[in-house]
Amino acid sequence: MSISVRGIRKDFGNFEALKDVDLEIPDGQLVALLGPSGSGKTTLLRIIAGLEFADCGTVQFDGTDISDQTAGERHVGFVFQHYALFRHMTVFENIAFGLRVRPRRLRPSENQIRARVQELLALIQLQNQAQRYPSQLSGGQRQRVALARALAVEPGVLLLDEPFGSLDAKVRQELRRWLRQLHDEVHITSVFVTHDQEEALEVADLVAVMNQGRIEQIGSPEDVYNHPATPFVYNFLGNVNLFHGRVDDGKAYIQETDTGNLAFVRPHLLEITRQPNGASHFRATTTHINSAGPVVKVDAVTEWGAPVHVEMSQERFHALQLAKNELVFVTPKDIAVFQKR
Amino acid sequence: MAASTQWQVQAQAAPRRGAGGLAISEPALVRWVLVGIAVVFLGMFLVLPLVVVFATAFQKGIGFYFRAFEDPDTLAAIRLTLLAAAIAVPLNVAFGIAAAWVIGKFDFLGKSLLITLIDLPFSVSPVVAGLTFVLLFGLQGLVGPWLIAHGVRVIFAVPGIVLATIFVTFPFVARELLPMIQSQGNDEEEAALTLGASGWQTFTRVTLPNVKWALIYGVILCNARAMGEFGAVSVVSGHIRGLTNTMPLHIEILYNDYQFVAAFAVASLLALLALTTLLVKSLVEWKAAQQFAAQSASDTERIQ
Repeated sequence: MSISVRGIRKDFGNFEALKDVDLEIPDGQLVALLGPSGSGKTTLLRIIAGLEFADCGTVQFDGTDISDQTAGERHVGFVFQHYALFRHMTVFENIAFGLRVRPRRLRPSENQIRARVQELLALIQLQNQAQRYPSQLSGGQRQRVALARALAVEPGVLLLDEPFGSLDAKVRQELRRWLRQLHDEVHITSVFVTHDQEEALEVADLVAVMNQGRIEQIGSPEDVYNHPATPFVYNFLGNVNLFHGRVDDGKAYIQETDTGNLAFVRPHLLEITRQPNGASHFRATTTHINSAGPVVKVDAVTEWGAPVHVEMSQERFHALQLAKNELVFVTPKDIAVFQKR
Repeated sequence: MAASTQWQVQAQAAPRRGAGGLAISEPALVRWVLVGIAVVFLGMFLVLPLVVVFATAFQKGIGFYFRAFEDPDTLAAIRLTLLAAAIAVPLNVAFGIAAAWVIGKFDFLGKSLLITLIDLPFSVSPVVAGLTFVLLFGLQGLVGPWLIAHGVRVIFAVPGIVLATIFVTFPFVARELLPMIQSQGNDEEEAALTLGASGWQTFTRVTLPNVKWALIYGVILCNARAMGEFGAVSVVSGHIRGLTNTMPLHIEILYNDYQFVAAFAVASLLALLALTTLLVKSLVEWKAAQQFAAQSASDTERIQ
């Protein structure tokens, strides 16, 4: 089912949570709404689900306006950040809930319900835990039960609010891959909210980057990472060095104050050399080196006193024999330039 | 985790500070004095009166005790008490659930005023409450004359007693449920709604089961108060034997007539009710704690 969101606005008192948001989600895609807290991503998800209603604008599923329908009528699966499992029901009853509350003429028989729940238990690999209560499960298991419960009613759309937000790093990794696999199997249009850029880039087909109630950019992970449309996106997706400067005739002159342009360079796109390297370089003094991990992180101060972060491979680091408080030459390999707002 | 273990080791290493060896422990003398004061106090003010009630009731033998209940006026008083409780408790359960739900789940204008109003019967003297009903429904009252002209007697009749009982037992259920409902948030209800449950299904299948124990506890307290209420009921009742006397009022009348055995026999019934209430309450608490413990026990098991 495709989702299209048109001109959505939402205020909470004086706070504008969403300012005129448009979003098109094609059928069968796994989309991440990525942004810092307060960017409106959860509000947008809840409006799509029908748990919140927009002040103006419409939500359409497959071209049909469903803005006035309740959450139940929209037939969406919603997975809550803190699972929201029914604490007084077993895992089995939690998953069966959506089927049991159907009006009698639409309700499957007891046998059909059993079969469906067993099928979902197999999908989430918790067949042995069917008679347990949510409080007896680990965080990752609860999250999988919440997902199975949402899928039990065969929703047209699956919405997940910070699905891995309250799990520890390792479980998070596993569940992330599992969700991607699951999506590849069932192909249900899915939207998940996250503030973790790594998570969004790794799992999603499309990433919508949100900031202050607006969508800054929407595109494939490669697209938003490699071709950020705005300074915010550049800044939010990964580490970055910021330079003020001026662009003239295809050349960027950095460190000329108040000239109306911002230049961004990712740490791994700065090259450190011991000798001057052509025209486009500046001098810097190293202040701190962290060589634990796959890449070596070097902090330095430029000749005009601004901090700069550089990342390089372990091989390169060993070849350079770099130490603290050394004068080096830094060459940007790729610069993204934006007009100052 | 490591820090707290270390702290415990240190606490145990500091010896001879009371039997447990814990830093917060007091010397034996202090502990025994405190425990002694508590026991003497409880004995004097709770156990002793209870013993007196039963001792006096059985003073002239068991036959005399049971003869007290053959009196038609006594039986009428017991019936009226049961009737008042049977009306007041369900009504206050319905009101308590509704109020706790509204206050716990929604924000609206005048919310804190409503919370204060629910507590009103706790802070107003029951006599004042009874007088209010007289002023409203009595012969010289606001709506009293109109009601009496239409053949409805409230004051010095059963409806007045029921009204007074409802008033004084008003806060019990709502007060027990409110913290429970507030602490649980809206997530589970929202989940039920997205799964296609109707409002009523969400309420009966999700909200209510989650507050089950608090509700039962509230009902027990509400019932105990409904049967034992004296002040407010006394004002509106008129003490008509066999008609508008509840058990507490009847006990007073019997006592004033120097029928001590009969008075204490009826009193022993109320005392028994109180004991039963306490027993059921402990059972409910134990059961709820057990359910909780079973869940956390298997939690630990899983973690290990």
